[in-house]
Amino acid sequence: MNDISKIENAAVQIRKNIIKMTYNTGRKGAHVGGALSLAEIMAVLYTGVMKYDKDNMSDPLRDRLILSKGHSSMALYAALEQAGLLTDEELLTFMEKDTRLTAHPSLNPGIGIDFATGSLGMGLSQGVGTGLALRLKGNNTSRIFVIVGDGECDEGSVWEAAMSAANYKLENIVCLVDKNGFQYDGDTREVMDKGDMAAKWRAFGWDVREADGHNIEELLAALDNLGNGRPTAVICNTVKGKGVSFMEASGKDWHKGTLNEKQYEAAMAEQV
Amino acid sequence: MLELTKPMVRTLSRLGQCAAFGLALTALGEENKQVVALTADLGGHAALNKFKEQFPERFFNFGIAEQNMIGAAAGFAKEGFIPFASTFGTFASMRVADQIRVNMGYNGAGIKLVGLTSGICAGVLGPTHICIEDMTVMRSIPNITVVSPADGAATVKAVYAAAKSDAPIYLRLTGAMNNPIVYSGDFDFEIGKAITLKEGEDVALIATGSMVYNSIKAAEILEEKGISASVIDMHTVKPLDRSAIDKVMGSKLIVTLEEHSVNGGLGEAVAHELAGRKNSPQQLMIGIEDFYPHANEYDVLMEECGLTSEKAAEKIAGKLS
Repeated sequence: MNDISKIENAAVQIRKNIIKMTYNTGRKGAHVGGALSLAEIMAVLYTGVMKYDKDNMSDPLRDRLILSKGHSSMALYAALEQAGLLTDEELLTFMEKDTRLTAHPSLNPGIGIDFATGSLGMGLSQGVGTGLALRLKGNNTSRIFVIVGDGECDEGSVWEAAMSAANYKLENIVCLVDKNGFQYDGDTREVMDKGDMAAKWRAFGWDVREADGHNIEELLAALDNLGNGRPTAVICNTVKGKGVSFMEASGKDWHKGTLNEKQYEAAMAEQV
Repeated sequence: MLELTKPMVRTLSRLGQCAAFGLALTALGEENKQVVALTADLGGHAALNKFKEQFPERFFNFGIAEQNMIGAAAGFAKEGFIPFASTFGTFASMRVADQIRVNMGYNGAGIKLVGLTSGICAGVLGPTHICIEDMTVMRSIPNITVVSPADGAATVKAVYAAAKSDAPIYLRLTGAMNNPIVYSGDFDFEIGKAITLKEGEDVALIATGSMVYNSIKAAEILEEKGISASVIDMHTVKPLDRSAIDKVMGSKLIVTLEEHSVNGGLGEAVAHELAGRKNSPQQLMIGIEDFYPHANEYDVLMEECGLTSEKAAEKIAGKLS
């Protein structure tokens, strides 16, 4: 299996696990749409780009990941399963009584969750501090990957952080914007139009790349040749609910949702 | 260690607590390379210019963007540094309360957050800079230690003690320049351990921050009236030193004094402690009642809020009569 098909396979597994976890929450429901839009991004990061040793997640030279859009935790947990840091049995404890796998991630440094996230607009700042700290320690190896949502970019603090990362020329930071076009109340252009997302990050002094967020090769290319004296932003054009046709058809209804047995079977049947 | 010689104590008093913080952090920065200074465009106000000059690689200005500063401080703490992040008390506590609860509270990042010019000493600078609610906000967040030093020397001691602790700490700095001296030389300072400055029989004055000096003075006024008062510097408002409360359970009256709202500060912390004890003495809470004073000169505000030593002594004597 070559690298691309290995990552593609990981994305399929991630997507299947997201659907299973969602189904398993029953009537509680889960933030499924924005998790599915991350399947390829997570697969590329955890099985292609990021450097880490699953048996030593406190290695100071590891790459870090901060899922700032914490509500998409299912995508993170499913990726951690691919990384060998979680078992598939544990995945099914998602949102269950006594679980470690809460809807918005709880602190769990052992598996690389260094910050609890979910209060939007905080992850990039945490990344900036981590980036400055690593540079001060002389660590020129580690990169910090921060995933934000396009809805999340409503938060002013995202832009405070963007400004400072450029100001400090933090070339160890990569911010991936999951631009799936929907937020809680609907279409991001209707709720709060952010205009040209790439132009905004560029204006803040970032090295900006764009990619089809579901195309492994495009993502790999966008994440290549990082760190040219500036932080890197990758605008990932994604589809909310990607990979499940009835979710793709109405992204606004799948920010958070539940799956009945029929829907679950239909969704799983589409995963090949 | 910034040595607390007599001339140094006088200098710290003249410059006030904010500058005392900057001087202490600069001295500490020399000894401890893990110390980093973060500011939100108020480095000069906190006398961090020397720190910046001496350790440019460990000084970070985040501009007027406090939310980002707190998140970044969490990143530094996570990577093993000791971040001291400072800005005006009102911004340090309330503008960024959610960043604080997530990063310092839940995530437990050992950030040392410094609230400059807290209380009412901002005076005519205006109502947006007066800060009378920060201890309430900070006390309500699990894991955060709240420290309010009495004077310049105590500020130095608190900075050194904070750097030795892994805990997330809110350091509340009060009082204007020409801060009156409570500690005229070096002394033992331990976070969480109150300091008894004066023993007395009838009434116990438990004070924090700028009100410690005023309590000493109020105790003198009370002595003249034949009322014997003990004075305790409760520099750590959370966790409260319960053993210090044990010692004053025999008093007729416990008085708490703070340059802060009476809602949720030192007074309520002590009341919470007393509520669980049998035969507790009555408590008098001296602080800012539930209102915003119109911004005015510091002295005028202290008078208006009933926080001068004379006003405090009068209230206490009245309560005992």
